[in-house]
Amino acid sequence: MQLITATNLSVRYGGVAVLSGVDFTVGRGEIVTVVGPNGSGKSTLIRALIGAERAATGEITRTPGLRIGYVPQRLHVDTTLPLTVARFLNLPRRVAATEAAEALARTGVAGLQRHQLAALSGGQFQRVLLTRALLSRPDILILDEPTQGLDQPGIAAFYRMLADLRTQTGCAVLLVSHDLHVVMAASDRVICLNGHVCCEGTPSVVSAAPEYRALFGLGTGGALALYQHAHDHDHEHDLGHGHDHSHPHSHEHADA
Amino acid sequence: MLDDFLMRAALAGLGLTLATGPLGAFVVWRRMAYFGDATAHAAILGVALSFGFGISVYAGIIAVALGMAITVASLAGRGYAMDATLGVLAHSALAFGLVAASFLTAVRVDLSAWLFGDILAVGRVDLAVVWAGSALVLALLVWRWQALLTATVNEELAVAAGLNPRREALVLTVALALVVAVAIKIVGALLIAAMLIIPAAAARRLARGPESMALGASLIGAVSVLAGLFASLRLDTPAGPSIVAASACIFAATALVRRR
Repeated sequence: MQLITATNLSVRYGGVAVLSGVDFTVGRGEIVTVVGPNGSGKSTLIRALIGAERAATGEITRTPGLRIGYVPQRLHVDTTLPLTVARFLNLPRRVAATEAAEALARTGVAGLQRHQLAALSGGQFQRVLLTRALLSRPDILILDEPTQGLDQPGIAAFYRMLADLRTQTGCAVLLVSHDLHVVMAASDRVICLNGHVCCEGTPSVVSAAPEYRALFGLGTGGALALYQHAHDHDHEHDLGHGHDHSHPHSHEHADA
Repeated sequence: MLDDFLMRAALAGLGLTLATGPLGAFVVWRRMAYFGDATAHAAILGVALSFGFGISVYAGIIAVALGMAITVASLAGRGYAMDATLGVLAHSALAFGLVAASFLTAVRVDLSAWLFGDILAVGRVDLAVVWAGSALVLALLVWRWQALLTATVNEELAVAAGLNPRREALVLTVALALVVAVAIKIVGALLIAAMLIIPAAAARRLARGPESMALGASLIGAVSVLAGLFASLRLDTPAGPSIVAASACIFAATALVRRR
């Protein structure tokens, strides 16, 4: 069952196509990683999926009543706004204090309730954002570059936690990352985006332990994997238009 | 009790602070200070137009303030450089209002009352309007509180949760126009924004959460009203500016408190 589907999605900013002809879907309980270089339209895709961006062409369908747990890339809370972690977790839906405490424990930041949001470290802040998203009991978690600013063991730990959450709650996970080659090992699918869908595949798990260790060092516990890009078209000359890529879905552009 | 002009003045001021506390908090959080100024200054034009067309002053102010607020909000949505745009709008509204007022003897005679307020001349009807308007604004903000706060923290969080940040911004716009209309008699068009911003900024130092800041802003506003009225009576100073001066003193005092 598909939770969110984008069909032939194009988004433009002031006449410039940021996304064109993107077909994209996330199914129930699936973990999907979207990778792409800076400016490839990853955040725009996310914004379009949550409904914050208008499609120039194509459409987005969400399962009726779909609950989205969204973790933004950055969240700047104005210094004039006093906000504790506990109060933040109650936005927009109020939750019981015990529920909030359990959720914080689950994401590894138990007992932060009374701290001001502005006083948290980067890693704590990221986990509090995730906790808030989880409290909405989401069908899908959407995370925009959640591992920015974390070191490799930190990234691995975060990915492990996401994989565990999927196992425990069955919620789908859509993850955006600018790291083109190292992805979350638990991803069911990896999609490479650059204005359009360049390629799609599964992460290749580096099974032999010494090689894995050589690549990622100790302490990552198998949470990271490589993604082998299978591009069949050239990127230098165009961004999604006029080239003959062989994705079966992306031929008939209906730009109107 | 309502026969005493001082009692009416105090009650009008206290009624106003019901609304200016929480609304002022949003004005500070969302950096709408200049937005508030532009809306408030437009009120003078509203006064002139209502005298010119012979309609209720409150209706005229609400209409013009709402028009100004919606103009500013839609310009902001299109990504204009807001600082300059708001400066242009705020001062043009005031200038056109003053020019329009000069054609009308009734307004010109009483211009300083509209600019600086005339809280000591508040009548029973005005008092009822202030309390009804403030209660309406407060009810509006309480009703939309969670959604407003979520949209203020992050618009995308709000969208992902199924809320519409533009609708929430419109709630604040309407609330602002209402507050301008009821506050003009009390502190005057020039100082309405001060009643929104200064108590909220003072409460920031003492608050740990958004609700306590909004409540603190109302309390500081209320103390300012009473202190300002008292000072005005004792020192024979203009009441509206005295109230704002009192809240500025409270702000200065809280600035000395270590920030939590």
